[in-house]
Amino acid sequence: MTRRLVYLLPLVLFLGVVAYFAVGLTRDPQKLPSTMIDRPAPEFALPPLLDSVPGLATADLKGQVALVNVFASWCAPCRVEHPILTGLARDGVTIFGINQKDKPEPAKRFLANLGNPYTRVGVDADGRASIDWGVYGVPETYVIDREGHVRYRHVGALTARDVSEKIRPMLRELSR
Amino acid sequence: MIAEIGHYALVLALLVGCAQALLPMIGAARDEAGLMAVGDTAAIGQFALVAVSFAALTWAYVTSDFSVANVVANSHSAKPMLYKVTGVWGNHEGSMLLWVLILAFFGALVAAFGRNLPPSLKARVLSVQGMIGIGFLLFILFTSNPFERVFPPPLDGNDLNPLLQDPGLAFHPPFLYLGYVGFSVAFSFAVAALIEGRVDPAWARWVRPWTLAAWTALTLGIAMGSWWAYYELGWGGWWFWDPVENASFLPWLAGTALLHSAIVVEKRDALKSWTVLLAILTFGLSLMGTFLVRSGILTSVHAFAVDPERGTFVLVLLAIAVGGSLLLYALRAPSLQQGGLFQPVSREGALVLNNLLLATATATVLLGTLYPLLLDAMTGERVSVGPPFFNATFIPLMTPLVLLMAIGPMMAWKRADLAGVLGRLWLGIGVTVAAALGTFFFATKAPVLSAFGIGLGAWLMMGVLVDWAERARLFRVPLGDALRRARGLPRAAYGMWIAHAGLAIVIFGMTGDILWKQEVVVAARPGQQIAIAGYDIRFEGVVQVDGKNYQAERAHFLVRRNGDYVADLYPERRFYPVQRMTTTEAAIRSTGLADLYAVIGEATGEGVHTVRLYHNPLVPWLWFGALVMTAGGLVSLFDRRLRVGAPMRKARQPDALPAAAE
Repeated sequence: MTRRLVYLLPLVLFLGVVAYFAVGLTRDPQKLPSTMIDRPAPEFALPPLLDSVPGLATADLKGQVALVNVFASWCAPCRVEHPILTGLARDGVTIFGINQKDKPEPAKRFLANLGNPYTRVGVDADGRASIDWGVYGVPETYVIDREGHVRYRHVGALTARDVSEKIRPMLRELSR
Repeated sequence: MIAEIGHYALVLALLVGCAQALLPMIGAARDEAGLMAVGDTAAIGQFALVAVSFAALTWAYVTSDFSVANVVANSHSAKPMLYKVTGVWGNHEGSMLLWVLILAFFGALVAAFGRNLPPSLKARVLSVQGMIGIGFLLFILFTSNPFERVFPPPLDGNDLNPLLQDPGLAFHPPFLYLGYVGFSVAFSFAVAALIEGRVDPAWARWVRPWTLAAWTALTLGIAMGSWWAYYELGWGGWWFWDPVENASFLPWLAGTALLHSAIVVEKRDALKSWTVLLAILTFGLSLMGTFLVRSGILTSVHAFAVDPERGTFVLVLLAIAVGGSLLLYALRAPSLQQGGLFQPVSREGALVLNNLLLATATATVLLGTLYPLLLDAMTGERVSVGPPFFNATFIPLMTPLVLLMAIGPMMAWKRADLAGVLGRLWLGIGVTVAAALGTFFFATKAPVLSAFGIGLGAWLMMGVLVDWAERARLFRVPLGDALRRARGLPRAAYGMWIAHAGLAIVIFGMTGDILWKQEVVVAARPGQQIAIAGYDIRFEGVVQVDGKNYQAERAHFLVRRNGDYVADLYPERRFYPVQRMTTTEAAIRSTGLADLYAVIGEATGEGVHTVRLYHNPLVPWLWFGALVMTAGGLVSLFDRRLRVGAPMRKARQPDALPAAAE
């Protein structure tokens, strides 16, 4: 009898995995609840990454509609979405960067090679500020209005479609 | 009109698939030859219909038919012809069609080449293939129809993601799918064997070539994907432990285990229920990979369309296919006859250890891939598990496996003499120690790790050479006799040696890349000299060039060594206006021993560009080694006993050579 039970083991384990996937499917990684939506951005002040580009603090967010992008050089999806950010920057969109849990050298190389779309880049070496923002994982992108309030949150790499369907209309509306 | 023909052919293929799934199974149960024979006709018919459908979609792409939604979303009239064709599978819908095409292709192959299979086994195998086909055809027709029309048709399309417009990636999916889907045959054989209640050496002999073919294609597919990542993502890395990479690596690991355990069933009639389980799990992991990529459950570089509806559909398919077969396994496997006994120290014992290590490695990679999801489901926290986890767990598991790889093939079946084997490996041990010590003293950095990596590769390579020399009795009999013996050794054995040697080459490549990479990053102005790894490289400047569907900044580097001309390098930064994306095209000069790798960044001032140069020793060996492994698979596939066909079930003939095995 116990021998038969051993043969049931793969099925039981597999059903566990399926149940786990079923739960996973109900969670859309793109749509995360955020307590930050429509609230002022958290208080933070981050030192600059580059000599030529200033750091980022809460006060910098006020005054213009902008994107805040959390990135790291070790994160592969960040590389994929980077050209989209440079495209947005070329069109005059203000983008602030938070460089999360990264080392300065690879981060500088990342921007040197792929281009720097950021008006300001703050270094969040220990990830403390990112926690205040409610960042789950890099990359993440926030839309900030003129008052410095968080209006939208995107988790994961931005795609051309996200930008044309969500980000750009949102920026247009907020800039009006 | 053409698109409608494609759609219609797909519906017909579904109906034929229903016949293929039902009739042969009933025929096999009732022992009616006529019903069983339906399987052959249906399998070939299904392949023909899916091929028509695939041709129709290809036609829509080639002629840029923008009334088809799929073409609009993924193509553009200005795209080069090569990428119009490969764009067919560069998207979710088209790639699923390719998936089904390959599935039907394998079904047709079984029907065409399975003449010497027992009719009932063949009927059941084709029936199971038909069931898988039904599942995926339903998936395409209900959730991912590639032939959907748009009205009014737009003037032009949205173009293919520029990262995918690359020859390496263009042919990466077909090979990957040949591998994934090829394992479906092993799966069908396993399920059919469970229904028949019989697993014997003849069964293993029929399963092996299919598994081997799938494994070979998957090896090549994974290598192409990693090669693409190396030169297209533009930072010199070649493996990222990304969830989608893992999704292709998991079936490879399990398939490698299957390949080896099937040998034990074939030669020694043992490990039967384990082999059947591996066959089910290998294909199950392929299906799970499909699920992970298509459902958007994990965020990744490669993620396809994110769509919960599709995810649910594939999950249900996965649950039915794998859950059903595991249930069958739980019911039938306990009654499978146990075969030959063996001592722990024996060829069988070594293969069992191989399987344990590979299975543990599979489980580890699986855990690392799914852990972020698990943590999210339990605590709502999101993390990403990166290379540190995999390097810390995977390398310690692979090290004993590689050590074993040199010893295992030299052990005898049933009971082996470990001391004797190690005695015959004295030369291998000597060379390994010498290589490791040499590396230790000459390595510029990380001497211990370097010595370890090079030693491991040398050990495996020497194991292969010594085993070959022993089998040919080289240096023991006159040279002419030894060479004649070497020629007479089975191709399966050559396949094993070549594949194992390929892995040794890959290990050298990994060691070189991880430990001896050199990197220079500078903001360079035209005329500036940069030195790296003994090369003098002059940055000549950047010019604008226009491609067919992109504009590029092309840099020119003049590479010299000790004043002598070596090469010109032309890395590019391409901007694709339709998708508003920039890609980097690295310029690589390979000597076969090392790569000189140049990437150009954006302008940081008047004429000043950020320039990155890498010197990557031994990295070309990674792909060369993978090609050698692929060649090993092919050689083994053409082994006489697989070509001539398996013997009749009852007649167990002794092997031609006493130790003939792979």
